[in-house]
Amino acid sequence: MGREVSESCIDSLLTVMVSTYCNRFYANKPELAARRIEAIGYQVGHQLSERYTMERPRFSDHLEAIKFICKDFWFELFKKQIDNLKTNHRGTFVLQDNRFCWLTRMSIDQSPENGTSEELSIMADNKAMQSMHLYFPCGIIRGALSNLGIPCAVSADISNLPACSFVIRIKA
Amino acid sequence: MGYNIGIRLIDEFLAKSNVSRCVDFKETAEMIAKVGFKMFLGVTASVMNWDADGTCCSIVLEDNPLVDFVELPDTCQGLYYCNILSGVIRGALEMVAMKTEVTWIRDMLRGDDAYELQVKLLKQVPEEYPYKDDE
Repeated sequence: MGREVSESCIDSLLTVMVSTYCNRFYANKPELAARRIEAIGYQVGHQLSERYTMERPRFSDHLEAIKFICKDFWFELFKKQIDNLKTNHRGTFVLQDNRFCWLTRMSIDQSPENGTSEELSIMADNKAMQSMHLYFPCGIIRGALSNLGIPCAVSADISNLPACSFVIRIKA
Repeated sequence: MGYNIGIRLIDEFLAKSNVSRCVDFKETAEMIAKVGFKMFLGVTASVMNWDADGTCCSIVLEDNPLVDFVELPDTCQGLYYCNILSGVIRGALEMVAMKTEVTWIRDMLRGDDAYELQVKLLKQVPEEYPYKDDE
C-alpha cells in the first residue's frame, strides 16, 4: 500500500527532527521538546493504526490489540516483529525489541569505572539525547493504541542497548 | 532541517551510487534528478529550463511522494510543504563544493500543475585541504 521511499530518508528525518526540536525550537526546555516529539509520534501512530487496521475486524480485548502492535504494526513499521512480550496481566505490558532499528546508529557508551566528572556528564548528555529519540516511537505506540480504543501511557527503557523495551501501562 | 539532512545524505548517495565526479553543473543537476531522487524517493525528475551560462535550471517532479495524502488547510495556505527538499539539495551540494540557492517555482499543493524547483549555482567553492602539501 502506498509508495516507498528509502529507509535513510526516515532515519535522517527523525534524527533531524529530534535535534531541531531539542536544539532550536525548545533549546533548554527538554521536557517541552520531549512532549512535542511525543505528540508528533501520537499523530503518526493514530493515522498509521487507522491505515493498518482497515481490513480487520475489531480487536476482542486488550491483549489482541497489543499483539497486533507487536506483530503486524511493528512489522509494517520496522520490517520485524517485537521479540519479546511480557505482561503482568494487570494492564502493564513490556515490549522488547532486541535491535530497535532507530537506535542502531547510536553509540553505546561503555560506562567508565572511574570516569571523571566531565566524562560522566558527557555520558549523561548522551543518555539524554538517546532518550529523546525514543519519545517518537513511544508516541506512535500511544497514538496507535488510543485509536484502537485503549488509552495508555508508554515509556521506553534503554538500559540494554541496542535492545529497547517499551512499557505500556493501560489506564484503568 | 533539510540542510542538515542533505549534508549527511550526500555521503550515502555517493557511497551507494558509485558515480564519478560530475564534469559540470549540468551533469550535477541530471544526477540529482535522475539518480538522487530515484534512490531516495523512488521517483525520477526531469531537468529543464537551463539558462544561458548553465548555472540555473529547473528540476521538475511530476510525482512527489511527500504529498501523497496531503492537502493544505486554509490556515496554511502560505506553507511550502516540501521545502525540506530544497534544503536537502542545498545541503548536499554544499558538501560537494557548490553553493546554491534552491527555491520552489511551482507547487501542486498551491494549485500549480507540477512541482518545479529552481536550482541556481551561486558559486563553486574550491576544496580546501587542511594539510599543507609539503608536510
